[in-house]
Amino acid sequence: MSKTVGVKDLIQKKDKLSKMKSGVEKSIPVFLFCLASISVLTTVGIVSTLVYETFLFFKDVSLIEFFTTTELKPLSPVEPKFSILPLLTGTVMTSLVAMLVAIPIGLTTAVFLSEYASPAVRKVLKPLIEVLAGIPTIVYGFFAFTFVTPLLREFIPALGATNALSPGIVMGIMIIPLVASLSEDAMNSVPNAMREGAMALGATKLEVTLRVVIPAAISGIIASFVLGISRAIGETMIVTIASGSSKNFTFDITQSMQTMTAYIVEVTSGDAASGTTAYYSLYAVAFTLFVFTLLMNMFARYISRKYREAY
Amino acid sequence: MKDMNMDIAPEKKSYIDLNVVQKKMSARILLNKIVNYLFLLSTLFGLIVLVILLYRVVADSIGWLNIDFLTNKLSTSPDRAGIVGAIIGTVWLMIIVGPVTMVLGIGTAIYLEEYAKKGRFHSFIQTNITNLAGVPSIVFGLLGLTIFVRVFGFGSSIIAGGLTMSLLVLPIVVVSAQEAIRSVPQFLREASYGMGATKWQTIKNVVLPSALPGVLTGMILALSRAIGETAPLVVIGIPALLIPIPGSLFDSFTVLPMQIYYWTIDSVLVDEYAHLAAATILVLLTVLFVMNSVAIIIRNKFQKRY
Repeated sequence: MSKTVGVKDLIQKKDKLSKMKSGVEKSIPVFLFCLASISVLTTVGIVSTLVYETFLFFKDVSLIEFFTTTELKPLSPVEPKFSILPLLTGTVMTSLVAMLVAIPIGLTTAVFLSEYASPAVRKVLKPLIEVLAGIPTIVYGFFAFTFVTPLLREFIPALGATNALSPGIVMGIMIIPLVASLSEDAMNSVPNAMREGAMALGATKLEVTLRVVIPAAISGIIASFVLGISRAIGETMIVTIASGSSKNFTFDITQSMQTMTAYIVEVTSGDAASGTTAYYSLYAVAFTLFVFTLLMNMFARYISRKYREAY
Repeated sequence: MKDMNMDIAPEKKSYIDLNVVQKKMSARILLNKIVNYLFLLSTLFGLIVLVILLYRVVADSIGWLNIDFLTNKLSTSPDRAGIVGAIIGTVWLMIIVGPVTMVLGIGTAIYLEEYAKKGRFHSFIQTNITNLAGVPSIVFGLLGLTIFVRVFGFGSSIIAGGLTMSLLVLPIVVVSAQEAIRSVPQFLREASYGMGATKWQTIKNVVLPSALPGVLTGMILALSRAIGETAPLVVIGIPALLIPIPGSLFDSFTVLPMQIYYWTIDSVLVDEYAHLAAATILVLLTVLFVMNSVAIIIRNKFQKRY
């Protein structure tokens, strides 16, 4: 008698357990879905705040003034002027300098690591170069401001204490690992048979690299350049520290220039009262920045996917 | 070369003039050699800069980085200034960023890898995460300023900074956790199902434990990114004042990179501040170095290959 009761109890217990189990089984995916949707909410949050506040900004300032005039005086008490062009030139010039450093050095580094270096050398050099990517940007900012700028002033006496050249160069150094490792990945995925085919025809390594490997890997290489540019545009601390806050519309890289990112830092830390046009201009600039980097990232992914030669 | 010409019977004229070939070839080989060294040089360029950078930081902080510097509070006088407040602030920040990104990141990764059907929605979330990873950190700062500081009313507190930073590094955790989960072989899951385990039991008892080293590595890398990141916190409005050591999540705070920032820009006014900045950088780099070493050790030691 007692035995049957025991079995019944057991069955009941098992039923209860499996009910609980199926409850857990059903609720877990829902819970995880909620967690996963946080990342979507983040994007929604970013886009909606930027769009909303930018909309408020363009109630006060016309699109024409923002994109075609050249004067930027956000905190001027008399007649504030809002043009993004000085910031755009600052961003473009510093990024240009950065890419002039990062593209040649990054690409040749990639070629060396993927085509020339022996496996042993590669194993040592590659992680060391990646260290450059792990250094916080604030450290690069310090380096640009206290070392590179004074050094450059030895050669270019006219160089300002803050200028676009020095942070541009340092930013380029920061981006080298990005360009190098992405380009190298692209080159590594070129099959060896192609290299061997060219070598069998008597090509030297350099010729193999220039005529076979690089053309075959070109989509990945260009994607790495584009991602590098996008990194340079969005970089904040190096330019904030070393490029200064001059809002003049100029292309002279020896002088101080403000980038979009540095402007955002200046206006937020300058306590532009919430609700003023200067405060909203922050979001208009950030929105421009966001759109630029987003487009470039999407473009990079598009070319690396679309024009990838599959072997 | 002449010997080779001899080998090819002299009466039968070769169609290939080996002398010409040799002449051209040697120039090409020489060029290849030169370029080889040029490429090596350019590869070393990055490393040389790295060495100079580290040398500068170490040289500038000698005499400034000592126990007093680590244990003193902030001060306007360079001799008495210390970074204990910034160190504690950094720890507080990690107390938020660690758990938040762990739950969100691993949860998202499990959902994407184990539950979500591969389809439009799956690729939508995936693309979204890739795009978030490319958004400049300063834009995250503005998000934090608008949502956490203003709308939620947290002010420039640890919780506002921590949540902003969590969203910033979330893509790193998600992507690395996804890779780790994907590398768990299917037969482990099938063995677990074969023993009568449910899906969640399989994930909890089989998938996650064997994905753990990869997940941990990603977590550490994400945290080290958060420790070094400055821009979002500047935007949120960490003041340059002498902030008391924070005691709760709702207190204002400062962190190591913020201190470096303020001391660097103020080094124009007081020369000694450059040394304080350098000493703080050395502390920050040491912390990052230790964290990254731990990540590498975990990856090499515990990662199973199937």
